[in-house]
Amino acid sequence: MKRTQIENIEIELLLEGIFRRHGYDFKHYARASLKRRLEAIVSRQNLNHISEILPRVLYDHDFMNDFVKGMSVTVTEMFRDPFVYRAIRKLVIPFLKTFPFIKVWHAGCATGEEVYSMAILLKEEGFYDRTQIYATDFNRSSLRIAQEGIYSIKDMKQFTQNYYKAGGKTSFSNYLYSKYESAKIQDSLKKNILFSHHNLVADGVFGEMNLIICRNVLIYFDMDLQNRVLSLFHNSLCHGGILCLGSKESIRFSSVWPKFEVIAEKEKIFKKKYENFGMVNGTEKQVEI
Amino acid sequence: MERKNKLKYDAIVIGVSAGGMEALSVIFPGLPKEFPLSITVVQHRQADSDDFLIQYLNNLSPMLVKEAEEKESLSSGVVYIAPPGYHLLIEEDHSFTLSVDPPVNYARPSIDVLFESAADAFMEKLVGIVLTGASADGSLGLKKIKELGGLTLVQAPETAEHPFMPRAAVQATQIDHILQLNQISPFLLEQFSVHS
Repeated sequence: MKRTQIENIEIELLLEGIFRRHGYDFKHYARASLKRRLEAIVSRQNLNHISEILPRVLYDHDFMNDFVKGMSVTVTEMFRDPFVYRAIRKLVIPFLKTFPFIKVWHAGCATGEEVYSMAILLKEEGFYDRTQIYATDFNRSSLRIAQEGIYSIKDMKQFTQNYYKAGGKTSFSNYLYSKYESAKIQDSLKKNILFSHHNLVADGVFGEMNLIICRNVLIYFDMDLQNRVLSLFHNSLCHGGILCLGSKESIRFSSVWPKFEVIAEKEKIFKKKYENFGMVNGTEKQVEI
Repeated sequence: MERKNKLKYDAIVIGVSAGGMEALSVIFPGLPKEFPLSITVVQHRQADSDDFLIQYLNNLSPMLVKEAEEKESLSSGVVYIAPPGYHLLIEEDHSFTLSVDPPVNYARPSIDVLFESAADAFMEKLVGIVLTGASADGSLGLKKIKELGGLTLVQAPETAEHPFMPRAAVQATQIDHILQLNQISPFLLEQFSVHS
């Protein structure tokens, strides 16, 4: 048997063990990127094989916390893909402004950089005070970082460049307190953001959102799980609600494709189609046409 | 159909960094439209790069050159370029996965990430090629390709615009063929051409 095949056995046993012991279901993650993360954990912990992770996640609580952290390390930026924020300003904000109050769900917010980017954008569009942002992630230590909103000063050059490319209207430093090697997001940007724990793989609908942002999360899932999460988003959006995905993600080959229209192709912004009226997932919804 | 069985290899992966555009524009014009393997390329570049590289290479290549898309299945006769700012990986069902995990060897996309996943996906049916570059990315990936029975090629360091990367690859593992840049596509044609 080839090494690769033996490793597959190890991975399957490990994922089954984690699921039965802790309820985290990684079985529908894209296998290649998942394996790479497992190998990173093996090398960080000075282990030799993926199967050696299993006894540790079963019995060692601290190890399990570290494992979950290792399974969701992504690296992002404030205003990552500035052209997306320009499109949101131009194509999405004018529509959202027609509502007296909106709800935004940032699903898989990781360490929060993109949540604060959206908060800044909404503030500059004069709309922040009429917004409630829900920012969720399944990784509690990422959420803690997101909530603190403290980033390394080293990243600020890139973030500032992105901010201007994204159509920023004032000075980026207005939104930060800088001290020593860190920059902290201003509290006024945090007041309408609620950070909370939510696992897209296992948890349910977040109701009546006007805008859902979920960027570079679906790329970690296989097709089945992508379809499940996309229909969760569909059910969580109000009619005409907006879905914004990562620049290399699409719904075109997914099961929800007929239920959305494209607002911006390259920026991956979609709008939930209006249904005439009727039962949506068991909840009666009256919709004006 | 029968000729397919004669082919020992299913896919080629190429890693290239500084000096890459010139190197690739020497290789791709020499490969025919119906080249019987897929070719997947990681070229190090800025995260906000546009699609100039892809259009440029597509214009001078008989093979179709396109950006690799998430969940897309690999097809023979197509050159796939990793999108900037993402790692590109190959699944065992021969489709692509992207990730925004931290950079590896200061690079995203990283050559090692592509090569190591491709080695698992294709095992002994994979060809790995390391070209010009000023980093050590690709060495570990090429080593894994060799360990799983694949074929390893490296651009002769003295003919590379930046010799560091091919040199690092040569030191990391056993290389089957060290070739000058202009020998690479004739070699691939001779090894894999369906008509020879």
